[in-house]
Formats: sequence, C-alpha cells, structure tokens
Amino acid sequence: MLDFIVGHFNYWVVIILMMTGLYVVISTGNLVKKLVGLGIFQTSVFQLYISIGKVVEGRPPILEYLPKKYAKETSDYVKSGGDGAIASAESLVKEPVADVKAALDVASDPLMGIVYSNPLPHVLILTAIVVGVATLAVGLALVVRIREAYNSIEEVQINEAEYKQEAGGS
Amino acid sequence: MEMSFPVDMNLPINLFTILDMILLSMLVVVAIAIVRLNNLFSVVMLFGVYSLLAATWFVSLDAVDVAFTEAAVGAGISTVLMLGAMLLTSRRALPTTPLRHWTALLVVTATGVALFYATYDMPMFGDANSPANSYVGLEYMTRTITDISVPNVVTAVLASYRGFDTFGEVVVVLTAGFGVMLILGIDGTKPGSENSEPAGKKEKPAKNSSVASEAIKSPSNHHVVLGVIAKMLIPLIVVYALYVHFHGDYGPGGGFQAGVIFASAVILYSLIFGMAETRRALPPALVRFCSILGVLIYGGLGLVTIIMGGKFLDYNMLDTHDTIHAQHVGILIIELGVLVTVAGVMLSIYYGFAGRYRDLKDQNW
Repeated sequence: MLDFIVGHFNYWVVIILMMTGLYVVISTGNLVKKLVGLGIFQTSVFQLYISIGKVVEGRPPILEYLPKKYAKETSDYVKSGGDGAIASAESLVKEPVADVKAALDVASDPLMGIVYSNPLPHVLILTAIVVGVATLAVGLALVVRIREAYNSIEEVQINEAEYKQEAGGS
Repeated sequence: MEMSFPVDMNLPINLFTILDMILLSMLVVVAIAIVRLNNLFSVVMLFGVYSLLAATWFVSLDAVDVAFTEAAVGAGISTVLMLGAMLLTSRRALPTTPLRHWTALLVVTATGVALFYATYDMPMFGDANSPANSYVGLEYMTRTITDISVPNVVTAVLASYRGFDTFGEVVVVLTAGFGVMLILGIDGTKPGSENSEPAGKKEKPAKNSSVASEAIKSPSNHHVVLGVIAKMLIPLIVVYALYVHFHGDYGPGGGFQAGVIFASAVILYSLIFGMAETRRALPPALVRFCSILGVLIYGGLGLVTIIMGGKFLDYNMLDTHDTIHAQHVGILIIELGVLVTVAGVMLSIYYGFAGRYRDLKDQNW
C-alpha cells in the first residue's frame, strides 16, 4: 500500500496542480489571471512528462565520460574481461529490451552500468517551455489590445461594452 | 558515485521521496495562493515562484536541462512579460462570482476524479521498466555514445536525432514572435491609429489614444547604484549565456537557454537605462532580422546537407570521413541558429510590450 502511494504520489500532485490551473481558467473573468491559470496547467503537464522519465537511482542523462576518452576506456574495458562490449551494445540497440534492469546488469553494457533517467521527455519539454512562453506572449499581447479597445480586461465588462456597441451601432 | 547518502533505495520512503513531497506540497500551496489572490501583482510574482519551485523539482527528477530552461523562461522572461502586460492593463482582478466558483469547482472535481482513476494504470514513479523508459529513451542513450559522442544526451537528441522536430519548434517560436509584432506593432512602438485600428472598432476610448511613443523618454538618471551594478552585471550575463551555449554539449545548456539568458541581459539593460537607449544599442530592426536569421541558419544547414547528397539535416554529410566530427559541427551550427532566433524573438516580444508603456513616473510605482 505504501509502495502504491509513493509510486503514484507524483501523478496525484500533478493532477491537483492541473485542476488548480483549470479552476483558475474557468472561474476568473480577469484575462491576465486566466493566462496565469493556463500557465499553471501547462507547467503541470511538463511535470507529468518529466516525472514519467525519472528512473530510480538514475542520474541526469549526461554521460559520465568524455567521448574522446571513450575509445580508450572501452578498449581497456574489453581487455579487462568485458568481452564484446561493442557487439552487445549493438544487439542492445537492435532488439527492444524486455527487462532493462537485467540488460543493464550485463557486464558488456555500453552505459557502463550507470543508470540514467530517460532523456526523451526532457527534450520534448525543453522545447515546449520555450514555445510556451512565446505563445503566452501572444496571449498577453491580445490582452493588451483588448484593454485598449474596451478599457477593461474583465470578461463581464468586455461583454457589457460589446452589447453597448452593438446597440449603439444598429 | 562519489557522494554517498545514507539512503536505502529499496525502502518505499527515503530522503529523496521526502524532498520530492516537500517540493510538491510547496507547489500546491503556491498554486492555491494564486487561486485565492486578486491582486494581479501578487499573482504574477507567485507564478514566478511557482516556476522556480517547478524548476527545483525538475532538478530532483534528473531533468537538469529542463530545470535550467524553466528557471530562465518561467521565472525570468515570462514573469517580465506578465508584469509588462499587467502594467498595461490593470492591477486588480474582480473577485470570482459564486456561480462561476461552483461551476468551475464542479468541472474541476469531475475531471480530477476521472484523472485520479486513470492513475491506477500508470507505471510506478521511477520505474526503469516502464514503456516510456524502456525503448526509445534507452536507445538514444546507448546510440549517442557511438553515433554522436556528446556527453549531454539531451543535446544530442534535441539537435541531432530529433533535429527536425526542433526546427519545427524554432519556427513556432518565430511565428509567435511575428504574432506579437503584428498585434502590438512591428517596431515596438505604437502604430499609427488610422492603419492599425480594426475596422469594427471605430469608437476608441479617448483616454488611451494619448498613449504616445514619446513616453519612452530616457529615464531619470538618478539610479546611479543600479546603473553601476548593471554595467558590471550585464557583460557577465552575456558571457554566461555564451558559456551555456557552447557548453551545451557537455553539460546542461544549449541554444534555447542561452538565447533566453542573453535576452534577459538586454532586458536588464532596458529596465535601468530606458527603452530609448536600448533601441539605440540594439535596434528593433536588427533584433527582428536576428530572429529570422536563426531560422535561416537552421534551415540553411538542412539544405546544405541535401545539396551534399544526404537528407534534410543529415549532419554526417558535412564530413563523411569523420561522422562524429560532422555531428559536432552540425549541432554547433543549429544550436547557433536556435540561440539567434530565441534571443531575437524574446527581445522582439519585449520591445513590443515595452513600446506601449505609458509614461510611468517613479512615484507611481
């Protein structure tokens, strides 16, 4: 039971944050605050992706050795008994591995037995954050223009102004 | 591992879990504070705090590159943009009406319960054998060693394996920048009222038409301490941005983060020395040109590789004898494109907002 709670705690908190963001988007009529709510929602999605990519006892996906040293280290490694390090590295790449933990325990592991977290969600989210701020800027720009046209950023007042304009125009 | 913590990873609860729980609780507290506050200044500042806490949690989740970006973007640029928008609009939000409160609560509860139910199917936190962590991610890790030989796998995947995706993202950033320029005025100044007004909105409140671009006068020169400190800090920030950029192959960093950090150096300059000075130092036309130049560098490299006989963004074509060298060169060039575009777009957006400021006197703050 405790296992289950600890293993799902991250999802639950992410859902709570996501719903908090959604609540702000629905409940407030203020356009700037709405965008803040959207931002909270967006960040919670980022957190969901990143927490899925986490591996227990993992390290940041930055390889522990420099590429230049790699060739020498590998040859030393092979000499010291880790036969066919490269060959099995290739087999690891070609076949989907069913049991990663077992595969990592193999002596001829290209990652040298170090466990890293999954880099793929990091890549997706890294670019998403920058795109997110760019789209947030578009939203804020629209809010600024709305303020100039209607002299308010509250939905209620914008609606009123809109009705008045329609009534006056017809 | 050199560092050793007295942590038994096999127990369900260890020090790292407790740290995670503390951070997550703080995130929830800040989010709820944002819900309850109506003072927009507090809301925006708390959103910056929220981003910073999220970045901290990302570090705990081993996503150092993401944490870096979130800290630079979420707690930096987006807070600046939100403050700018708030200054141009209003400082207080109207309180929520009971009807909206209960409707929202109903929707949120229903959705939340459904999502909670769905988590039963999710893999356990930190499961190395979950589908997400087993196939593609692991393959990138092992392949990077032989294909690209760059320590930071995130950079390798971002700039090489998924370079085409990243190209798309950079184009999206540029498009968003264009959007802001078109909405707020392309020169970072308020456009002429005849041309820029939408056809339907003839009656414009007279109060706002007095917003003049001359409002951006050089600021009062009594911020001596700020001026001196900023002059010392700005070169350091720029050097740091370049370090982050060129060190992105080896540690956390890269073009996205560096572009944002560079933009924040310019924003700091403009906050202290005023927009007129900033425009003189970095004309909006130059910034706009840079934002397009980056995409051209990126796409141009793709075309070069096609001309050399490969596929789009196939860096191996750059040096067929030493493909690892070719990959390094390719990554460096496209990261440069990303840096130039991101910095250019962020500054264009900032110029767009800053060009609309009303004359803000010191005593009004």
